[in-house]
Amino acid sequence: MSQKIDLDHGRFRQIIRGKIKQNLRKYISQGEMIAKKGKDTVAIPLPSVDIPHFKHGDKQQGGVGQGEGDVGDSLGQDGQPQPGAGKAGDRPGDHLLDVEISLQELAEIMGEELELPRIQPKGTEKIVAWKDKYSGIRTTGPESLRHFRRTYRQAMRRQIAMGTYDAKNPIIVPIREDKRYRSWRSEPLPQSNAVIIYMMDVSGSMGDEQKEIVRIESFWIDTWLRSQYHGITSRYIIHDAMAKEVDRDTFFKTRESGGTMISSAYKLCAKLIADEYPSDLWNIYPFHFSDGDNWSVDDTHTCVELLKKDVLPFVNLFSYGQVESPYGSGQFIKDLTEHFDEDERVVTSEIKGKDAIMDSIKEFLGKGR
Amino acid sequence: MTIKRFPAYLRDMQEDIEGYAKAYGLDFFPILYEVLDYKTMNEVAAYGGFPTRYPHWRFGMDYEQLSKSYEWGLSKIYEMVINTNPAYAYLLEGNSLTDQKIVMAHVCAHVDFFKNNYFFSKTNRKMIDGMANHASRVRRHMSRHGQDVVEDFIDTCLSLENLIDPMSAYIVRTPKKVSEEEEDQKDKSGRLRAKGYMESFINPPEYLAAQKKKREEEEKKAKRRFPEQSQRDVLQFLIEHSPLDNWQRDCLEIVRDEAYYFAPQAMTKIMNEGWASYWHSKILTEKALTAAEVIDYADANSGVLATSPGRLNPYKLGVELLRNIEDRWNRGQFGKEWDDCDSMEQKRNWDRRTGLGMKRLFEVRKLYNDITFIDEFFTLEFCIEQKFYSFGFSERSGSWEIMSREFKKVKDQLLRQLTNRGQPVIMVEDGNFENRSELLLRHVHEGMDLDSAQARDTLRNVAKVWTRPVNLLTKIENKGKLLRCEDGNLSERSAEYT
Repeated sequence: MSQKIDLDHGRFRQIIRGKIKQNLRKYISQGEMIAKKGKDTVAIPLPSVDIPHFKHGDKQQGGVGQGEGDVGDSLGQDGQPQPGAGKAGDRPGDHLLDVEISLQELAEIMGEELELPRIQPKGTEKIVAWKDKYSGIRTTGPESLRHFRRTYRQAMRRQIAMGTYDAKNPIIVPIREDKRYRSWRSEPLPQSNAVIIYMMDVSGSMGDEQKEIVRIESFWIDTWLRSQYHGITSRYIIHDAMAKEVDRDTFFKTRESGGTMISSAYKLCAKLIADEYPSDLWNIYPFHFSDGDNWSVDDTHTCVELLKKDVLPFVNLFSYGQVESPYGSGQFIKDLTEHFDEDERVVTSEIKGKDAIMDSIKEFLGKGR
Repeated sequence: MTIKRFPAYLRDMQEDIEGYAKAYGLDFFPILYEVLDYKTMNEVAAYGGFPTRYPHWRFGMDYEQLSKSYEWGLSKIYEMVINTNPAYAYLLEGNSLTDQKIVMAHVCAHVDFFKNNYFFSKTNRKMIDGMANHASRVRRHMSRHGQDVVEDFIDTCLSLENLIDPMSAYIVRTPKKVSEEEEDQKDKSGRLRAKGYMESFINPPEYLAAQKKKREEEEKKAKRRFPEQSQRDVLQFLIEHSPLDNWQRDCLEIVRDEAYYFAPQAMTKIMNEGWASYWHSKILTEKALTAAEVIDYADANSGVLATSPGRLNPYKLGVELLRNIEDRWNRGQFGKEWDDCDSMEQKRNWDRRTGLGMKRLFEVRKLYNDITFIDEFFTLEFCIEQKFYSFGFSERSGSWEIMSREFKKVKDQLLRQLTNRGQPVIMVEDGNFENRSELLLRHVHEGMDLDSAQARDTLRNVAKVWTRPVNLLTKIENKGKLLRCEDGNLSERSAEYT
């Protein structure tokens, strides 16, 4: 059903899209929308969508109310009451409009703005799931699929044609030939699965700010990859000198004080891939974040070997993000570049601060792998 | 848009309700009902009750908010009625019959108010056509100049839509232009009245000459001023004097036109809703309800009249004040004797059996608007009985608090927020400010500062229309300030606010 308002509504959504796109860098670096994430949507506070007017400042304005209470009693249970004599625009002093958009749409906007190429999933043709879809009616079938309405309609049609239908006493009795059943068609459903393996250094030198950056960046990576694949799984590995797999919450909250052995994480990652994600069926995306301070040169060698032998052959893309921290030497990224400069399965990115998140996302996802 | 045919049982109900309403003396335009599903209801509500409006994203935004809030179960529009002749009213499909009864009685009273209240007397009763015409004019501009350009300019106009003079329809603001002959004949001597023998003492010739010169100078000054007097209708001034393209002027006129159409509704919100609530409860409880419907009615009615902290419910205030008036005039609690009476005891038992309540109510609905209504009838006794308080933001605790239950403070606050529909008063002070054809606006400061962020954005929009720099004289935290917008850049400096 189309309505007149659809045009105006579409126009409004278009404006919102434009505003989000315009301010994408800000939203990406602030990460405020992550907090407002729902199941499939995010709420984004948009400034200046509403039309400005000359109006009184709210705090001086005050108002009149009716009911119980002593002078000095606070009025709002949760935050602020809504002053004003039943005026339109009843949010006090609130110039922000919370707009809800779907993650899918957000990913599209991000894709357009960062000019991210669509990912060509590998192994698509191999993995074909069949999905049954009810699409028609036929005259034979199991009783459990009998179409009640169509059956009775057919019976009624027959009775009328035969002249046995009495409108005053409308009893309809279907016979064998009247019965109608739902029929289905099996459709091939190309299904491409992907897994994101997040690894993070949680040694003492990774502070809250560094983790916040990782959190924000992983949100956007998630959003984008989810828009590219039907089914997606995320796994989380934290490491200091030892590596272990954790759930999402723990991933972002844990802070250890030990040293750093990056190879421990890569070992676990390689094991995960080998055990659970055969590479001909899965698109695999390991992301590793660290401040670039590894324990020893030897360990770095181990890392390089692990990557070459046990990780890179199986993955679509291996991404390493180095978050700048006051304690880290930042050596690791140089080592990686030295060994894998030519290898297009490896992307490295230095993230200097929140403002650099957007560029780093572009570096990671800009290859379209 | 699905319009359901108006079912017979609702038509019967309408006949009954309108019969009762007429018997009580309500006098309304013919009412045409339409039953709408909630989507269409939200659409019509987003369009301010009209089926056709000009294309603009803001309606889409309102629609989204209404739909969300309906889907989340936060609010539901029961009823809508527009001020036209015949009046159109909308019923929500799927409402209970009791609800529809309440709505119909409510609508009768609204339409009676539209028809008879003085402040609606100048509105266009064919506004459905008016709005549709506006829509086709805007569409034509859009196809000629591009949707983005026109929509963008309408954004600018809408930002200024409250800069009108809502009372101008009822008051002659500018004195009629006098012809030059009359002007010459006018006594400009400044002679004071005196008996003949005192003349030379009271009006010595030198004094008269000095007075005359002073007056002429002042007049000359005023003539050089532009506009000659400060002008409250800023939109009008901009339409007449800004260097706009024809289509732009047309858009601005449309926005102004619609702002004036909606202004009386904002000026009579409390009375209008009070009046409608008064009558729906009277008609239903005295006539239209069956015994089985009483509980449903009470439930719906209490929902309408519920109060919540920090929020004024115009339905509640309106209906209680009207009932209070009815009661007072029935018992003769008015006039000099009543006003002079100091004994609470005597006042409480005051009953002269005058029985003028209903008559007085009909007078009030004809002649008053919210401000005069509150100013005249909001009494100390009413304030106490209805537990009114004023509230404000306390910097100390960082929250909104009850500030006072003192009658005078409450009433002042109430009147203040009704003045100029709660909007700041902005005047055109000078259209040739500092002789540089800049615009000077003045915010008539009445104790409340402007919202500074919004004021800046709005000033930018004024400048877009005026095309030359625009200045706004206001007070911020008790200091005079001149905000200035030049080529989209804002600056602020101290200035004397007199």
